[in-house]
Amino acid sequence: MMPEVIFELWVYMAASPLLHLLLTLLAFFLAQWVNRRAGGSPLLHPVLVAIALLVGFLLITDTPYATYFEGAQFIHFLMGPAIVSLAVPLFDHRERIKREFFPLILACVAGIVTAVVSTVVLVRLLGGREDTMLSLVPKSVTTPIAMGIAEQIGGFPALAAGIVLITGAIGCLLGPPIFKLLKIKDHAVQGFAMGLAAHGFGTAQCFSLSNLAGAFAGLAMGVTGLLSAFLIPLIMRFFA
Amino acid sequence: MLEGFAVLLLFQLIGELITRLSGIPVPGPVLGMALLLFAVLLLKRVPGGVRIASESLLRYLPLLFVPAGVGLINHGLLLKQDIWVISITLVVSTALTLLVTVLVLQGLKKLWGIENDA
Repeated sequence: MMPEVIFELWVYMAASPLLHLLLTLLAFFLAQWVNRRAGGSPLLHPVLVAIALLVGFLLITDTPYATYFEGAQFIHFLMGPAIVSLAVPLFDHRERIKREFFPLILACVAGIVTAVVSTVVLVRLLGGREDTMLSLVPKSVTTPIAMGIAEQIGGFPALAAGIVLITGAIGCLLGPPIFKLLKIKDHAVQGFAMGLAAHGFGTAQCFSLSNLAGAFAGLAMGVTGLLSAFLIPLIMRFFA
Repeated sequence: MLEGFAVLLLFQLIGELITRLSGIPVPGPVLGMALLLFAVLLLKRVPGGVRIASESLLRYLPLLFVPAGVGLINHGLLLKQDIWVISITLVVSTALTLLVTVLVLQGLKKLWGIENDA
């Protein structure tokens, strides 16, 4: 008798957006707790831990992503206004951005060219498939722009979206040790590199460092997205 | 707070409308950010409500990536095909991108005579 009641409850809960919305929040709280216990290790980045927990849960309960997203979409929706709100930290640091305008733009172009050319060369050297390569090329660009670029140059938009997320996580892991190695202490420089290489993931991590790092990460993410939409199709013509 | 949130949504909406109508290959929210920045630069200050809404959203920015990240579950098969090529390429290329960006930015700032903050 009892298992049947539980089963019916589960069927009801699994179909309502409430369960997956709440689970997303709980997974994130748990991930933050795990991260704090691990001394803030970037290997146990709260976003990665939360994603792993939720993917595990969906696999165990055999829940399709579309069902999960019906609940999680309410959180996902806030991404739009959050990107708009990056204008506020940019305004706060406007003097510094104005002063460093040309170095920032040129560093951004150098970063984009490095990301694209190194991806093409590495995939060809390692013998990867051409359409895999085309889905990897926009990996440092924020998801919605990356999907558009992948489509334009002949990759798979869905795979590109996944690749962008993994790249963001890798950037969060690699950034801190690289800055330490190069003795980069300036939060603005760190933030800019993280926003360029690891888009929103990097930006989110930078806001936990300081408002200045977050502002420059947001700036780099925006400018990289805008420039990449024009630059990447142009660069790929040389490799066609 | 609520007024500020409404302002953010309004700028996102304007951004979405302009990208839809013009076909510019840029997401609506990114254009919305640029327009809001332009607006507060003209105003020369950030209205209190907008600042509160912005800061509350940005504090939870990492959480907002979780639902999209769980979507990786759908790409398992595609990722498996070229797993080594993809892993090596992503790690090496991301490290190179970080390195080049930092070094170029530092170098150019020195060239422009801009002091680094500690």
